[in-house]
Amino acid sequence: MNIAKPNSYRSGPDERGHFGIFGGRFVAETLMPLILDLEKAYTAAKADPAFQAEMNGYLKNYVGRPSPLYFAERLTEHLGGAKIYLKREELNHTGSHKVNNVLGQIMLARRMGKKRIIAETGAGQHGVATATLCARFGLECVVYMGAVDVERQQPNVIRMEMLGATVHPVRSGTRTLKDAMNEALRDWVTNVHNTFYCIGTVAGPHPYPTLVRDFQSIIGNETKVQMQEVEGRLPDSLVACIGGGSNAMGLFHPFLDDSTVEIFGVEAAGHGLTQLHAASIAGGRPGVLHGNRTYLLMDADGQIQDAHSISAGLDYPGIGPEHSWLHEIGRVNYLSATDDEALAAFQLLSKLEGIIPALEPAHAIAKVMELAPKRPRDHLMVVNLSGRGDKDVPQVGDILKGKTK
Amino acid sequence: MTTRIDTRFAELKKAGRSAFVTFVMAGDPDPATSLEIIKALPKSGADVIELGMPFTDPMADGPSIQAAGLRALKVGMTLRKTLDLVRDFRRDDNATPIVLMGYYNPIYIYGVDKFLVDAKAAGIDGLIIVDLPPEEDDELCLPAMKAGLNFIRLATPTTDDKRLPAVLANTSGFVYYVAITGITGAAAADATAVSGAVARIKRHTKLPVCVGFGIRTPENAQAIASHANGAVVGTALIDALKNSLDAGGRATAKTVNAVAELTAALAQGVKGAKQAAE
Repeated sequence: MNIAKPNSYRSGPDERGHFGIFGGRFVAETLMPLILDLEKAYTAAKADPAFQAEMNGYLKNYVGRPSPLYFAERLTEHLGGAKIYLKREELNHTGSHKVNNVLGQIMLARRMGKKRIIAETGAGQHGVATATLCARFGLECVVYMGAVDVERQQPNVIRMEMLGATVHPVRSGTRTLKDAMNEALRDWVTNVHNTFYCIGTVAGPHPYPTLVRDFQSIIGNETKVQMQEVEGRLPDSLVACIGGGSNAMGLFHPFLDDSTVEIFGVEAAGHGLTQLHAASIAGGRPGVLHGNRTYLLMDADGQIQDAHSISAGLDYPGIGPEHSWLHEIGRVNYLSATDDEALAAFQLLSKLEGIIPALEPAHAIAKVMELAPKRPRDHLMVVNLSGRGDKDVPQVGDILKGKTK
Repeated sequence: MTTRIDTRFAELKKAGRSAFVTFVMAGDPDPATSLEIIKALPKSGADVIELGMPFTDPMADGPSIQAAGLRALKVGMTLRKTLDLVRDFRRDDNATPIVLMGYYNPIYIYGVDKFLVDAKAAGIDGLIIVDLPPEEDDELCLPAMKAGLNFIRLATPTTDDKRLPAVLANTSGFVYYVAITGITGAAAADATAVSGAVARIKRHTKLPVCVGFGIRTPENAQAIASHANGAVVGTALIDALKNSLDAGGRATAKTVNAVAELTAALAQGVKGAKQAAE
């Protein structure tokens, strides 16, 4: 596609929340006033040094940041090419990158005087992070989770309940993340007077894609500093998995204007791109859902199609609007990994590095297994290890024993 | 440009009564039965027909309307077939206004310009698109106005006086006041609160104001209609339809009558109400 290259890839969105043709505010009128309030509150918070200072305190002492940038020596040797570094987001409190964003949104909710927090969750990592911070700040927490995901991510359901959250299994539609998001939106419309919707990814109506990206950009900002410390230069490539795309956007955004850095996003190809999958960019086209225009999986009539991925966190038929834009202008390369490739990567990283990754970043590792061997030994590749695999151990165990597929 | 909606509300004003607006889902439970149902609505006392466009992800709808949309999709309903349905209806009825109601994506995928031409040709008078607030007017609202279709906006309890002018700016036909903060078919609408809200909207516009969400019974409909220019009922009709289906979700000999009978009872309620003071 022929689109003029912008002066900066980091200046979006415009004041109406558009990244090129993507993004926007496609929501019911009931929610519009609150979305405008949220935008105001966020703009004020960004300009308030006390907000950043308070957040930095929690990021350091509660979340445990900065997360390490770890040289994966045995994986590097095994693949025989690029020097691979893992950004260890799985070591954060609650076990994934999700907490970075939730902390920011909960602090915004408190500034706005909202006492009731709702969230949608796929794998349960965003739900757990939200339940955790609601416990920490004494807020009511309601999490919507597809009934299929409740089944396959039981450990996280139990964690959320222990933290005092109410988990609603969603039985409408395909019973996964998209339906959880529909149900959360229905709750929000109903309880708009006292409720803050804590969205877990860089999607939804403006300003969510922007504020989630900003809260997650700490991943890329730290990586830049850490790489400078150990290697004295920028990395040569970045790799991250993408469902909605918040861990990827957090890593990518600070590097978008560094033209020497190659950037790869990895979507979930499920059973393969010609069969059931969750790769919106590879297999979808632009449409409007959940408050934004973005790449979506749909049929010829504009009806949203079922996504499929082994990973509940990637099992979504859309992607954040800024990713759709970065795809169309060609700044980021979007690849995809199948269920089987992710499973192989899950096992390889566990055995070579003693790190059990979540199934979501296992998709990123799967593409590293293809990309790294083709690159020279002085090529520095950073992979976002966005979550740990404890939640997936029962499911993967069953699959490997041949019980389920 | 005068639409059937403008004409209908002018007639009702002359007659001194409020409009009874019915909502059903296009293609529910199958296209043939759906056509019989929408033909029966005006005969049973409906003044305006809102026709739902089925969508997989109806974010502002409760379980009844969600299920109605899924029933229609399951039998292969599409936006094109919804337009066909209206075209068939227009063969016998060139007066009852038809408003399509739903979500933006199927229209966006159909192609906005082509959709507007085809919708106008099929005999559609207006559009209510839940996920297109005034902030997104460039998408469909402005092109629809140009094409001679009314774009009917939802105003809600959260739409305050400061925001109302923006909401009303490009609205035509009528204003749809959503009586509750919530999804369709949830809480019951409170007539006193509605009365205040309608009065507030009327200070900003000369358009008729219809009220929907949470109206289920003839009594309800009468109470609301006495404070507004129209009362909208959807979920109750869809529930009556659903209760008439067989175990496999298929239409039975009772289906069309079930909807028609409730429509007639609700219409009696609305007609018993005095037209709201202007």
